[in-house]
Amino acid sequence: MTGAPLGDLALVVSAALFAIGVAGVLLRRNVIIVFMCVELMLNAVNLSFVAFSRTHGIDGQIVVLFVISVAAAEATVGLALILAIFRHYESVDLDLFRRLRW
Amino acid sequence: MSEYQPILPGLILGLPLLGAVLNGFGAFAWRENKTVPTIVGPLTVLGAFALALWNLYAMRAATPHDPSLVSYWTWFSSGDLHVGVTLLFDQLSLLMTLVVTGVGGLIHLYSVGYMREDRGYSRYFSFLNLFIFFMLVLVLAANYPLMFVGWEGVGLCSYLLIGFWYENREYSDAGKKAFIVNRIGDFGFLIAMFMLYTAFGTLDMLAIFERAPGTLVAGGVLVTAITLFLFLGCVGKSAQIPLHVWLPDAMAGPTPVSALIHAATMVTAGVYLIARSGVLFALAPFSQAVVASVGAGTALFAASIALQQNDIKKVLAYSTISQLGYMFLAVGVGAYTAGIFHLMTHAFFKALLFLGAGAVIYALHHAWDATGEHGDPNDMRNYGGLNRFMPITWRTMWVATLAIAGVFPFAGFFSKDEIIWEAGVRGYAVLWGVGMAVALLTAGYMTRLMVMTFHGANRSFGEVGGGQAGAKRSHLREVPRVMWAPLVALAVLSVIGGWVQIPEALPLLPRVNLLHAWLEPVFQPALALAGAGAAHGVVAAHGATAAPGEGLSLTSPLGGGEALWAVLATVLAVAVVLLVFRSLSRRRYRRAAQAPEPRGLAAVLYHKWYVDELYDRIIVRPLLALWRGCWRIVDDRLIDGSVNGLAGLSRIAGWTGSQLQSGRLSTYILVFMIGALLILGSLAF
Repeated sequence: MTGAPLGDLALVVSAALFAIGVAGVLLRRNVIIVFMCVELMLNAVNLSFVAFSRTHGIDGQIVVLFVISVAAAEATVGLALILAIFRHYESVDLDLFRRLRW
Repeated sequence: MSEYQPILPGLILGLPLLGAVLNGFGAFAWRENKTVPTIVGPLTVLGAFALALWNLYAMRAATPHDPSLVSYWTWFSSGDLHVGVTLLFDQLSLLMTLVVTGVGGLIHLYSVGYMREDRGYSRYFSFLNLFIFFMLVLVLAANYPLMFVGWEGVGLCSYLLIGFWYENREYSDAGKKAFIVNRIGDFGFLIAMFMLYTAFGTLDMLAIFERAPGTLVAGGVLVTAITLFLFLGCVGKSAQIPLHVWLPDAMAGPTPVSALIHAATMVTAGVYLIARSGVLFALAPFSQAVVASVGAGTALFAASIALQQNDIKKVLAYSTISQLGYMFLAVGVGAYTAGIFHLMTHAFFKALLFLGAGAVIYALHHAWDATGEHGDPNDMRNYGGLNRFMPITWRTMWVATLAIAGVFPFAGFFSKDEIIWEAGVRGYAVLWGVGMAVALLTAGYMTRLMVMTFHGANRSFGEVGGGQAGAKRSHLREVPRVMWAPLVALAVLSVIGGWVQIPEALPLLPRVNLLHAWLEPVFQPALALAGAGAAHGVVAAHGATAAPGEGLSLTSPLGGGEALWAVLATVLAVAVVLLVFRSLSRRRYRRAAQAPEPRGLAAVLYHKWYVDELYDRIIVRPLLALWRGCWRIVDDRLIDGSVNGLAGLSRIAGWTGSQLQSGRLSTYILVFMIGALLILGSLAF
C-alpha cells in the first residue's frame, strides 16, 4: 500500500463498500440482507467522513457519531418492521411485499 | 265637481293576489279543506269588483278629463330610463277592471260548483286568483314594461290552467302549445318596446302618447314598425291568424277557465293594447289596415271552421276567435269605442256560453258516472234534447246565442252593428261585407250548437229510446244553484249590456250615448289624430253634437242608412237562426262513436283548413329534423365525442402511470439510484 496516501485508500474502500451495499439492496430479496446492505452503505459514508476529517477538520467525525446513533435507532425500527412483516407473511422475501400499489 | 282620486287602488290588485297566496298555501297545507278556497277564491275577486264599482261612482261624479296615476315604487332605473310600478286609472282601464273582476267573480262562483269534486280545488282557485291579479296589472299598468308583466303573467296562468289536469299528456301539451305560440307574439311586443324606447327615451304610456305626434312621422317607417310589432303581440295573445292555433287546443283546461281566460278576458288583451295605443296606430294607417284586415279575415276564417266542429268547446273557441276578429276589425278602422264595446258585450255572452257548455258537460259527466255509460262529454253528437233536463241552462244559452248572433235587442246586436257600421262608414266596403257575412255565419253555427245540444232526441244513452235509456236519462238534471246563478246573471247582462250605447239612427228607441261619452276622454287624442273630419264624424254618426265631417259617408257601401242595415241585419240573423233550426231539427245525428267522417268542404272545415297540419309540415317537422340532426351529430358526435375522448385520454395516461407503481421495492430503488446518479452526474459536469 505504498504510493497512494491513506485518505485516498480509505475513499476507495468506502466507494467499494457503498457499491457492495447498493448491489445488495438492488439484487437480494431477503429483507434482512437488504437491511444489512443499507447499514453497509451508511458505514461506507461514515468511512469517507472520517477520511475527509483528516484534511478538513473535526466536523466529519462529529457527523459520524450522529450517523451511528441515528443508524442505531433506525435499526431498531427497521428490525421491528421486519419482524411484523415476517409474522404476517411468514417470509422475508422482498418480492412478496407488493401490496402497497394501485 | 271634486277631483277624482282612485279609491284603494292597491286593494283592487292586492285582494286577488292575497287570494292567490292563501289558496296556493292551502294547496299544500290543507289539501282536503275546501272551505277556505270556496270563501277566499270568489270573495277576493268580488271584493275587487266592489272596489271597482266604488271607483266607477267616484269617477262618474268627477268626470275627470285626465287620467290619474298611482305610483308605488321605482321598479328599475337604468341610465335615463326609469320604470315605475305605476297604475293608470282612466275610463278605459276602469271599464276593463269592471269587466275582469265582474265576469271573473261570477266565473269564480260558478267554479265553486264545477270544480267541487276536483282534487286540485285549492290549486285551481290559487291560479284563478293569480290570473285576475295579472289581468288587472295588465289593464291598469301605466307603462309598457309593467303591462308586459301582466301580459306574461296572464300567459303563465293560462298555461297553468290549460294544463291543470297535467296527468293527461294531451292537456299538458296543449298548455305548452299555448305558451310557445304566445312567445312569438311576446317577441313582437318586446321589439316594439325597444323601438319605443329608442324613439322616446321613455316607456310611460302617457308621455309616449303626448309626444308621439311631434316625434314620429305620421305614416313613417318607424311608427309603422312599432305598431306592427305591437300587433304581432296582439295576434299571439288574442289568437288571430296566423297564431290562432293555440286557442282551440286551450279548451283542454277546465271549462270555467275557458270562459274566463280564453273568452272573456285574457284573449281580449290584444284589443285593449291596440285601443290603449290608439295614438300610435292613428299615426300608422298601414298598420291599421293590417289590423283591420287580419281581424276581418280571422273573423270569417274562424266562423267557417266553427260550422263543422262537433266538440262544443271547440265551436265556442272558434267563435271566440271570430268575435275577436270583429274587435280587431273595429280598432283597426279606428273605431276604438266600438271595439271596446264589443269586448264588453262579448265578455258577457261568451262567458255565458262557455259556462252553459260547462253545465252541459257537468250534467252529462254526472249522469254517465251514475249509469256507467262512457263517451266524450264534450261532443255535441252525444247530446240532444237536453232542454227537458236543463231548462235554466237551455234558456240562458239561447239568450247568449241570440246575443252573439246579433238579434235585437240583445247586447251583441248593438256592439256588432256598430262595428260593421263603422267599417262601412269609413269606406272599408270589403270589411263591411265580411262583417255582415260573418254575422250570418255566427247565427248559423250558434244555432247548430243549440240544436245539437238541446233539441231533438237525446243521444246520450244510445241511439234508440226505450225503458232502460229512459231510466238512465233521469240521471240528467240541472246543475246546482251556485252554477246556474252566474248563468242567469250573465244572461241578464247579455240582454241589457248593449243598452249603454243605442245609436240615434234607430227609430222608436231612446238614444243612449253612455259608452262613447264615457270613453271620449281616452280616445279623443287618437281620434283627433286620425283626421279632424273623421273624428268628428264618428261622434256625428252616432248623433252627437258635431256636424258630419268631410270624407265620412252616412250610408253603407251599398247605400242605405244605419237604421235600414241594422234592421236588415237583425232580420237576416233571425232568418238564419230559424232556417238552421228548422233544417237541423229534422236531421238525425249519430253518436260520436258511430258518426261517419265528413267529406268534401265539410271535411276541410272539420279539419280546420288543415292549418295545424300545415304548421306541422313547414315548421314543426323541419325544426324537429334540424334538432334531431343537431342531437345526433353535434351533440352525440362532437360534444359528447370530445368530452368522452378527453376522459378516455386521461384514463389511458393514468393507466400508463399506474403501471410504474409495481409495488416492488427493488425497482423503486433502482429508479431512485439511476435518478440520483443522473443528478450527481449533471452536477459534476
